[in-house]
Amino acid sequence: MNNILIIGGTSAIATACARLWAEQHSRFMLVGRNAEKLQQTAADLQARGATEVQTHILDLDDLDGHAAMLERTQQLLQRIDIALVAHGSLPDQPMCERDPDYAVRAFTSNGLNVIALLTRLGNLMEVQGGGSIAVISSVAGERGRPSNYLYGSAKAAVSVFCSGLRARLFKSNVHLLTIKPGFVDTPMTQGLALPGLLLAQPDRVARDILSALQKRRLTLYTPWFWAPIMAVIKSIPEFAFKRLSL
Amino acid sequence: MKTLGSWGRYPYSPQQPIPCHWRQQVAEQGLAWRDCQAVGLPYGNGRSYGDSCLASSDQVLYMRPLARFIEADWQQGLVTVEAGMTLGELLQCSIAKGWFLPVTPGTRLATVGGAIANDVHGKNHHVQGTFGRHVDGIELVRTDLGLVQCSPTAHAELFNATLGGLGLTGVIVAATLRLRRIASSKIRLQQIRFDNLREYFAISRELDIRHEYNVAWVDCLAPLSQIGRGVFLAGDHHDQAPCKPRPVTTVRIPITPPIPLFNQLTLRALNSLYFRCKGTRPERLQDYDAFFYPLDRLLEWNRIYGPWGFQQYQCVIPHGDAEEAVGELLATIRRHNEGSFLAVLKNCGDMPSPGLLSFPMPGVSLALDFPQRGERTRKLFLILDHIVRDAGGRLYPAKDAHMSGDDFRAAYPAWERLENLRDPALLSQFWQRVTLQ
Ligand SMILES: Cc1cc2nc3c(=O)[nH]c(=O)nc-3n(C[C@H](O)[C@H](O)[C@H](O)COP(=O)(O)OP(=O)(O)OC[C@H]3O[C@@H](n4cnc5c(N)ncnc54)[C@H](O)[C@@H]3O)c2cc1C
Ligand SMILES: NC(=O)c1ccc[n+]([C@@H]2O[C@H](COP(=O)([O-])OP(=O)(O)OC[C@H]3O[C@@H](n4cnc5c(N)ncnc54)[C@H](OP(=O)(O)O)[C@@H]3O)[C@@H](O)[C@H]2O)c1
Repeated sequence: MNNILIIGGTSAIATACARLWAEQHSRFMLVGRNAEKLQQTAADLQARGATEVQTHILDLDDLDGHAAMLERTQQLLQRIDIALVAHGSLPDQPMCERDPDYAVRAFTSNGLNVIALLTRLGNLMEVQGGGSIAVISSVAGERGRPSNYLYGSAKAAVSVFCSGLRARLFKSNVHLLTIKPGFVDTPMTQGLALPGLLLAQPDRVARDILSALQKRRLTLYTPWFWAPIMAVIKSIPEFAFKRLSL
Repeated sequence: MKTLGSWGRYPYSPQQPIPCHWRQQVAEQGLAWRDCQAVGLPYGNGRSYGDSCLASSDQVLYMRPLARFIEADWQQGLVTVEAGMTLGELLQCSIAKGWFLPVTPGTRLATVGGAIANDVHGKNHHVQGTFGRHVDGIELVRTDLGLVQCSPTAHAELFNATLGGLGLTGVIVAATLRLRRIASSKIRLQQIRFDNLREYFAISRELDIRHEYNVAWVDCLAPLSQIGRGVFLAGDHHDQAPCKPRPVTTVRIPITPPIPLFNQLTLRALNSLYFRCKGTRPERLQDYDAFFYPLDRLLEWNRIYGPWGFQQYQCVIPHGDAEEAVGELLATIRRHNEGSFLAVLKNCGDMPSPGLLSFPMPGVSLALDFPQRGERTRKLFLILDHIVRDAGGRLYPAKDAHMSGDDFRAAYPAWERLENLRDPALLSQFWQRVTLQ
């Protein structure tokens, strides 16, 4: 039995993970901004075998609310075995190019609020002296592409922050996994025309995440083929990359 | 999201999906359709073969992401689930707790909504009837009435019409199902070879009363003199633990080959091999997935028929003339050299379904696949339809892409009642074909 905290508890990828954990009779704290969706997700996990599901309503952009949320989580779960950070949203890239305020807000939602959260969560886990933190970043954070470089740069910030935090928490026996999914079929990508062959289902990604956590892996590309794809994309020299409209 | 199609890939008519991730989205989409006077259709997992899951507008509400449990009473075996949950996902949770589906079709990849909309049947129709008999309540969203909670006692007419309602009476958002207890996830299986239809009917009469699950595979490429030879499978839930869900391990056919991989030569070889391996065998235990869902191991196996797709022909023939009519159907198919691999014979019992347009009736059901070959297929089906009509039988809308409007309306006289209860914003290509033409 695990005690599991999920930030962005109504995300499709997080839900797929939670369903697998529910089968193992885990206890959950789900954090999200929509009460109705949280309640529906909680009922689902309960029926699938979760021993307990608590929910906490919080918009992660409200940085001041993080501390109270973590405090309540600690009270209810005592110990956090796994914390999955899964919230995120795809900004409207053209809008980011027109409106700097919007761009900053989008960067906050996908980057800064994760950094703020991980700062507190990292300290908490450090004191606890164990457990795993899994953070969903993205392959989009590996290289800026004209079609979504605002989102990409926020994810890049998250990935770099995670690698530093990992090295720090390692000394306290806290494991940190950076998850880099490719294209996943979820509400977030609903409106996009993505290549069918590269589009993964959330349950596939979830199985990868659980197995990477079990093996205490450091970085996960999921599905696996994104590792070689990103290796190629990263190796293209900038002068050539700028001509590709990716 | 990718466009969607039907399982037979015929007719080819790519569907634009509107995915539904949360229950409240269903009503929102319904309103959107109503307000711009558009039509659509709910779509589950596209395991229907013909055009019943294709919208006349080519725009479908993709229900598959709606796959949550809403409530589960594992003491009583009563579950309320969202309509996009597949039967396999439900079993994955319920088996460990000692519950199985009272009725299951030959694929676990159908959704609960789809299973209700076609009022599907399984190998135990003679014992449990259709899927709809085990549904306690349905949460339906209509574009004209909004949310309707219907059950055998509340809005009963709409409830009954929704069982086998082909997705036309409203969008099923959730349903409450009564599961059946099991002590084991294994099936006790008996396998008996028969050499002709007479033997099949004799075995079936004898074993139907003794076993819950009965089905037979018939070799439809056997020489004309041996037509009707096959293997009878009789199964029951075993009574000893363990009760364990089986992981869904599958191999996917990744692409559609430019030509069908099946032709008469490969098929005949396969069939002969199958019958050589499948003689009469003593009783043994088999995992439930191997027994109920042998085809699910090969994901997207429909692709082997190539880009033109295929059709399944499934009919039910009332008992009186069944032996003769089934014999005639098999002989006709054999003479035309068209049928593929195996045909499935099943007995349908006399347990009535509350559904208005449910397919099963007391008699024998025959189902087999045909690669789509244009005019040749069309001509053969005309002859088969004639035999079925004369014997007082009917075809299964979930599998159909060809039946004439006259045949449909004669075989399903309640169609007008369904038409009266149809949600004005929902219309399938099937319904358009059989009621308007
Ligand atoms: C290998 C295989 C074996 C099969 N064996 C059997 C069998 O033994 N017995 C049997 O009866 N059938 C059998 N079938 C047929 C299959 O069970 C049915 O076609 C089933 O309805 C498919 O479910 P689906 O979720 O894929 O629905 P779809 O094919 O997507 O849709 C089927 C119908 O249901 C409607 N629908 C779907 N979801 C909803 C919803 N939420 N609300 C309202 N309407 C909805 C659609 O509009 C459509 O009319 C088999 C199919 C395959 C591929
Ligand atoms: N899908 C992909 O292709 C893909 C690829 C790479 C990485 N990712 C990452 O994977 C993670 C999960 O996304 P998903 O694909 O599962 O999509 P999703 O189902 O849309 O999940 C995103 C979740 O984040 C929540 N959220 C967003 N901003 C929030 C905020 N400020 N406060 C609280 N909750 C917030 C959303 O809540 P609401 O429902 O209330 O909006 C939603 O539940 C994200 O970090 C995403 O960036 C996804």
